[in-house]
Amino acid sequence: MPTLLPHFPATFIVTGNPLIYGAEVSIVLATVGILFVLTYFKKWRWLWREWLTTVDHKKIAVMYLIAALLMFFRGGVDAMLMRTQLMQPNMHFLQAEHYNQIFTTHGTIMILFMAMPFIFAMFNIAVPLQIGARDVAFPYLNAVSFWLYFFAALLFNLSFVIGGSPDAGWVSYPPLAGLEFDPGPGENFYLLSLQITGIGSMATGINFMVTILKMRAPGMTLMRMPLFSWSVLASSILIIFAFPVLTVALALLLVDRLAGAHFFTMLQGGNPMMYVNLFWIWGHPEVYIVILPAFGIFSEVVSTFSGKRIFGYSSMVASLMTISVISYLLWVHHFYTMGAGPGVNSFFAVATMSVGIPTGVKVFNWLFTMYRGRIRLTVPMLWAIAFIPIFAIGGATGVMLAAAPADYQYHNSFFLIAHFHQVLIGGTVFGMLAGMYYWWPKMFGYMLNERIGRWAFWLFNGGFYVTFLPQYLLGLMGMTRRMYTYPADMGWNALNFISTIGAYVMGVGFIVLVLDVVYSIRYGERDVTGDPWNGRTLEWSLPSPAPHYNFARIPTVTSRDAWWTGKQARAKGDAPAPPEPLQPIHMPKNSGGPFILAVIFFIGGFGLVFNWYVLGLLALLGILVNLLLRSLDYDTDYYVPIEEIEHTEATLRRA
Amino acid sequence: MLHGLTHDDNNRSHDESMRSRLANPPRRGAPRARKITFLPALAAMAGFSLLTTGCGERYLVFRPVGPVGQVEKDLIILSIILVLIVIIPVILLLWHIVWRYRDVPGNPAPYDPEWSESHVLEVIWWGIPIVIVGILGAFTVRDTFHLTKPPEKTAAPLTVQVTSLNWKWLFQYPDQKIATVNFCEIPVNRPIQFILSANGPMNSFWVPQLGGQEYAMPGMAMRLWLQANRAGVYYGHGANFTGRGFAHMAFHVIARPRTEFDAWVRQVRRRAPVLTKIGYQNLVHPGVVAPMSFSAYAPGIFETALLKESGMYMKRDLTILDKIHRRGGT
Repeated sequence: MPTLLPHFPATFIVTGNPLIYGAEVSIVLATVGILFVLTYFKKWRWLWREWLTTVDHKKIAVMYLIAALLMFFRGGVDAMLMRTQLMQPNMHFLQAEHYNQIFTTHGTIMILFMAMPFIFAMFNIAVPLQIGARDVAFPYLNAVSFWLYFFAALLFNLSFVIGGSPDAGWVSYPPLAGLEFDPGPGENFYLLSLQITGIGSMATGINFMVTILKMRAPGMTLMRMPLFSWSVLASSILIIFAFPVLTVALALLLVDRLAGAHFFTMLQGGNPMMYVNLFWIWGHPEVYIVILPAFGIFSEVVSTFSGKRIFGYSSMVASLMTISVISYLLWVHHFYTMGAGPGVNSFFAVATMSVGIPTGVKVFNWLFTMYRGRIRLTVPMLWAIAFIPIFAIGGATGVMLAAAPADYQYHNSFFLIAHFHQVLIGGTVFGMLAGMYYWWPKMFGYMLNERIGRWAFWLFNGGFYVTFLPQYLLGLMGMTRRMYTYPADMGWNALNFISTIGAYVMGVGFIVLVLDVVYSIRYGERDVTGDPWNGRTLEWSLPSPAPHYNFARIPTVTSRDAWWTGKQARAKGDAPAPPEPLQPIHMPKNSGGPFILAVIFFIGGFGLVFNWYVLGLLALLGILVNLLLRSLDYDTDYYVPIEEIEHTEATLRRA
Repeated sequence: MLHGLTHDDNNRSHDESMRSRLANPPRRGAPRARKITFLPALAAMAGFSLLTTGCGERYLVFRPVGPVGQVEKDLIILSIILVLIVIIPVILLLWHIVWRYRDVPGNPAPYDPEWSESHVLEVIWWGIPIVIVGILGAFTVRDTFHLTKPPEKTAAPLTVQVTSLNWKWLFQYPDQKIATVNFCEIPVNRPIQFILSANGPMNSFWVPQLGGQEYAMPGMAMRLWLQANRAGVYYGHGANFTGRGFAHMAFHVIARPRTEFDAWVRQVRRRAPVLTKIGYQNLVHPGVVAPMSFSAYAPGIFETALLKESGMYMKRDLTILDKIHRRGGT
C-alpha cells in the first residue's frame, strides 16, 4: 500500500564497497567544490542567464558535448572495471552483483547517455548553421530536450550511490527485470531515467526534422543540402518512429513493476517475448540513429580534407534513406534463437544482410571522394580514415552474424560483443570524435591541438584493435557475454589478458583526448578566420563562434557546397553581390521553463523509483502547471535591432 | 590556418603537377612509416594469440562433432570468404588512396576536385554486394530450414527435456525416466531432440561443438536438434544472462557409444536417488550445485512448470509435448 510518508528501503544509501564509498565521497566533494567556485566567483547569475535558461542551439550543443564527454568517462570507467575483472580467470576484483551492475550501466550509459547526447551536440552545432537558419524550429523545445536528458542522466547515475544500480543488462529483459527476480529500486532507476530521456530524444527528432524541412535558406533544395544535414534528417525520422515503441515497452514494464500488472510476466497471460520484440523494434533502429549522423560527419570531413566534392552525392542520399527504411525490418536478428520459425528467421536474415549493400556503397563513395583529392591528415580526417577499416571489418562480421544458422553459434558470445563494439565505436564514437575536432573551432573559437589529438587518436585506435579483435576469437572459443568470471582451463586466459591491455590503452587515449581539450582551452590556436579547415558548407562562412543570431543576412544558395563555390567564384574575381540592407532579426527569448520542467521530472522520477506515489503525483501536477504556464506565455520572442547587429558584426569580423 | 589547402599546389592543373614531379621527385616520407607497419603488427599479434591458445583446438565453433555444428561451421566459412571479397579490396584501396593522394608538396598524383560522378563505378559497387548478399542469403535460407529438422532421419531421435533453473541445468529423459543436473549424457550417432524451457529467467542452451543455441524460456517449450557423431565430453553454457549465478551455469554433454549410454542409464536407474517434488523445489531455489543424477523423477515436473504460467501462447509447442508423451508411452 502506498503510504503518505516515503518509505526508505534499507539500502537507500548504497554501502559496503570501497568503490561506492569512494564515489559517494567524490560526489559530495565535487558538489561542494562546484557550489563553492560558483559562489566565490559570483557566477550564479552568469550560470543562470547564459546557460541554464539559454535556448540558443549553439550553447545547447556545448552543454550536450560536455555531458556526453562526462558520460563517456563514466561508461569508460565501467568498461575498465569489467576488463580488469576479466583480465585473469577466477578474479576476485568484483563480486557478481557489482559486475552485473557495471555491465548494465556501461551499456545503458554508452548508448543512451553518451552516444545520444554526442550526436545531439553535433545536430545542434552544425545543422542550423549548415542550412542557413538562425536557430532550430522550436528553440524552447530544444532546451526542454537537453534538460530532460541531463536530469535523466543524473537520475540514472544517482542509482550508483542511492538505492543500487540496475543489474539486468542494458536490454533489461523480463522476467529477469521483473519484480520476482529483481525487487530492488535499480530497475526502476533504469526505466524512469530512460523514459525521461526518451521524451527529450523524441522532441529532438521532431525538432530537427521540422528544422531541416522548413528552415533551409532560400535556394537550398534538399538535393543541395550538406550530407550531414541529410543524415540528421534520416536519423530524426528514425527517432520519431522508433522512440514511441521504447516508451511503450518501458511504460508497460514499469506498470508491471510498480502496480503489479502482468504484461511481461507470463503469469496470467503476459509474455516476456513481447518485451523483447518491442525493445528491439526500438533498439535496432536506435543503432542506426546513432550511426547515420556519424556517416554524415564522415561525408563532411572526407570531402573537406580531400579538397574535393563528395563522390556520388545522390547515391549517398539514397543509401541513407534506404538504410533508414531497412533498419525497421531487422529487429528479429537480435533473437534468431528465440524460436521463430525458419521463414521468419530467413526473412530477417536476408533483410539484415541487405543493409550491408547501401552501407558498402557509402564506404566506396568515401574512398572515391579521396581518390584524386588532396588528403590532409588532420585529426578529424585521421578519425574518418581509421573508421573505414574498422567499419569494413565490423560490417563484415555483421553480415556473418546476419546468417541465422551461423548466429546460433555467435549469439550472446564475445563474437557478438566484438562486432557491435566495432561498429559502434568505429562508427559512432570515431564519427563523433571526428565531428568534435572538426566543429570545435566553430563551437569555441579556437582549435584543438593537433599534436596531442594525434596521440589520442593513435592510442585509442591502436587500443581498439588490441581490445576487440581477441574478443572475436573468444566468442568462437565459446565464451559468453555477461560472465563475471571464467574457468582457467578453457584457453581463454591469454586473449582476455590481451583484450584488457587494449582496453587500458584506449583508456589512456581518452585521457589524452581530455588533456587535449584542457590544453587547448589555454593554448589552442585561435580561429580568427571562421574557416580554419578551408570548408565547403555554410557554417564556415560565419565567424567562430557564430553570433547568437547566426546569420546577419540569410544567404541565398545556388549550389551544393555553397561556401566552397562562393570562395571559388571570389578567387576567380567575381565580385560578390552588394549586401542587402540589414533587417531586425526575430529571435526567441531565454527561459527558465525547460530547466524547471526537467527538475520536476527528476523529482517525480526519483519518487516513483521508490514507489512514493504522492511525490510522483505532485510532480505530474507540477509538469502540467509548467506546460500550462508556457502555453499562456506570449512574451517569448523579440527582435534584435539593426544597430546591435551592425555592432556585433563589426566586432566579430574585425572589419 | 592549419595544413593549408590554400597552398598554391592545390588548384594546380595536371600539367603543373607533372612539372613539379620533374622538379621534385616524390618523397618516400618517413612520417607515415608507423602506419605502414601497423597492419603487419596487427597480423603478428593475431597470429601470436592463435598460437598461445593451442593452435585452434580451443576454437569450439570450428571443432564441431556433429552434423548441426558442421552445417553451421560451413556456413560460417562461406560467409567469411564472401565478406573477404569486399573488405580486402576496401582496405587495400584505402591504403593506396591515402598514400597516393596525401597532401604533401610535390605530390604528382592528379588532383581533380570536381570529379564526383561515375555511373560505371556506382553500378559496380551497388552490384557486387547485391550478388554477395544473394549468394549468402540463399545458403542461409537453405540452412535455416534444414536445421529445424532432425539431422538424420535413419536413427530414431532421443528426447531430452532441458530446464534452466537459477543457476543450474536440469535434464530429464522422458523415455528413460531418469534425470541429471549440470551434465547430460547422450548416445553418439543419434539425433537428440532437446526440448528447452526455464523455470526462472530466460536462458539460452549452447553446446558449441554440437551446434548452435536456442533460448530456454519460462512457459515455452522450444525444440533444438543436435547430434554428436564422436564420443567425447563437450562444454556447454547458458548464453543468456540470468542473474547472480549466471557465470556458473556451465554443464557438460557426454557423448558415448550406444551400449555405454545404455549401461549408464541402467546404472543411474539402479544407484541414483529419486527426484521428488520437494527435491525439485530445492533445485528451483536459487543457488549453484554440483552435477547430480536421479533414477526417477516425480511425473509432470516439466509439464507443470511449463503450464503453471499459462500455456496460452504455445499451442504449437503443446503438440510437440503431446508427441513426446505419445512416444514416451509406447
